[in-house]
Amino acid sequence: MENREALLELKDVKTYFQVQKGTLKAVNGVDLTIYRGETVGLVGESGCGKSTLGKTIMRLYKPNDGQVLYQGRDIWSYRGKEKKAYAKNVQMIFQDPYACLDPLCVVSDIIAEGLKIHKMCSGAQLEQRVEELLNMVGLGKEHASRFPHEFSGGQRQRIGIARALSLEPQLIVCDEPISALDVSIQAQVVNLLKKLQREMGLSYLFITHDLSMVRQISNRIAVMYLGSLVEIADSEDIYLKNYHPYTKALLSAIPIANPEAERSRKRILLSGDVPSPVNLPKGCNFCQRCSKATERCRTEKPVLREVEKGHMVACHLV
Amino acid sequence: MEDKKILEVKDLVVSFDTFQGAVQAVRGVSWYLKEKETVAIVGESGCGKTVSIQTVIGLNPRKNGSVKGGQALFEGKNLLDLTEKEMRDYQGNELSIIFQDPFTFLNPTMTVGQQIMEPYLQHNKVSKQEAREKALEILKMISLPNPEENMKRYPHQLSGGMRQRIMIAMALICNPKILFADEPTTALDVTIQAQIMELMNSLKDKINTSIVLITHDMGVVANMAERIYVMYAGEIVEHGDVDTIFNHPRHPYTWGLLGSVPRLDKKIQEDLYSIPGTPPDLISPPAGCAFAARCKYACKICKTQKPPRIDFEEKEHYANCWLNHPEYIRRNGVVRREGGYDGE
Repeated sequence: MENREALLELKDVKTYFQVQKGTLKAVNGVDLTIYRGETVGLVGESGCGKSTLGKTIMRLYKPNDGQVLYQGRDIWSYRGKEKKAYAKNVQMIFQDPYACLDPLCVVSDIIAEGLKIHKMCSGAQLEQRVEELLNMVGLGKEHASRFPHEFSGGQRQRIGIARALSLEPQLIVCDEPISALDVSIQAQVVNLLKKLQREMGLSYLFITHDLSMVRQISNRIAVMYLGSLVEIADSEDIYLKNYHPYTKALLSAIPIANPEAERSRKRILLSGDVPSPVNLPKGCNFCQRCSKATERCRTEKPVLREVEKGHMVACHLV
Repeated sequence: MEDKKILEVKDLVVSFDTFQGAVQAVRGVSWYLKEKETVAIVGESGCGKTVSIQTVIGLNPRKNGSVKGGQALFEGKNLLDLTEKEMRDYQGNELSIIFQDPFTFLNPTMTVGQQIMEPYLQHNKVSKQEAREKALEILKMISLPNPEENMKRYPHQLSGGMRQRIMIAMALICNPKILFADEPTTALDVTIQAQIMELMNSLKDKINTSIVLITHDMGVVANMAERIYVMYAGEIVEHGDVDTIFNHPRHPYTWGLLGSVPRLDKKIQEDLYSIPGTPPDLISPPAGCAFAARCKYACKICKTQKPPRIDFEEKEHYANCWLNHPEYIRRNGVVRREGGYDGE
């Protein structure tokens, strides 16, 4: 994996929103590279800017600063048809399977819409392609003429996946695709995404707050806190050896389905919620909730640096 | 330990009439709860866990006859016999409930302080001042930051975790004997979930409350529960204490549930186990075992006859599955999956 081809590069991306109280720094200087055929898991609590980053990649938000490079080109330098081509190559799967499908359209229309817009096929070929896509995600021809409300949550998520796949994308941004689903259905959807990746060589950015499920699918994991990345490492690595106190707290918060292990476990409990991203602390973003914070943490912002090969951490104490 | 049953539900049957026919949401469920105990009811969405506790606490309207049979004995009284008006004395008082969604259960037009005080004022003859003091005491107990200031706020000004705490405060203010928790942490982040679990575990000692926990997250169950009822398609398919269910489960559905949970303490598997298919339609539930269509061990009898309850040597451990029938074991040997399916 030495000379991997970078598919998408984020360079110091900053996405801000103007709110009444000032500037909300949702994404505050993120550097991240997604290679072809790889899955990057983006993990963090609600309100840490994960979804904003996903939408920035989708070209739905324009970053205030920094660049999003797709195959080496800035996505905001695109003109005319290039924009449409980018929209085809990068697709998104949404969190809420109940809200992301048009209730007035039947499934075949939902899946075929992109194919029609991008003039990829028509007529009988279109019908065949829709059927093929439905089979790919484990649904059948008989489902094509039904409305979204006739499906269960897991099935709807499959329809969303089929829609994303219809345009043969290179990268799929999965924004919490499984958190609205039951555990047994979560496993089905994760297995499906993995199978599709093997077959089609897709890359995923897998946004979630569930560190246990993300381990099943990701090659690398990036931990985000208040708009910045605090730790990036190979997926297995981060579970065995993690440096940042926030990563440690996140991991320790996950309940393990083993009563003996649960009883003997000592949790690191974080107090309070994620602070507001309007007034970011001067030093480390995490210093208010960190039990080990020192004077330096309160005054100086730590930067992401490599502590081991492929393992980056932003913390003064490492 | 005193083994006093505080609540006993016997053969509860609930169905709802729809245009397609009657949805048999709960089909003969029996369970009980002891003092100072946490019992978990686990199962997938739509298996009837929520309906069964909402019926007990009286949130299902009784007029249209959705409760078709059974008893819910609380301190010797059958709650299902009471009228809605009589039930109101119990609701929010001795029996209280925490809901799943922290964004919809609070009244957006009232401050959270008023909402916390409401059940206390309703059930006790106290002045507002006393109620306010009680509310503050509860908020301090559940360690909500700045309780006095937060009581004056409206729900939209609080985060999800804080709203969940407000909900818990409302449920606790009258020192309930039983707290029903319907997926209390599902909508929360893992870090907040850990805080809420810690809080609920501490309640048993602080105010002697028994908890009925409803969830589909086996991790939360392992952390909180002492006994587990596994529910599927409106029926209880397995029951046992937490160690038995996690270490020696005997029902294929329990194996599937345990197998589909990613485990941080285990090595990573290529593919997670997932239970194939979906739960059956409860308008016309299958004649035999409801799980037969998704079970890889299903044989002829499973599809035609309901499996009997079979008790095991461990205390009160039972499962409703033909695999454990002496006749099946005599012919085919014991089928066991210690700790559930393992990545197959």
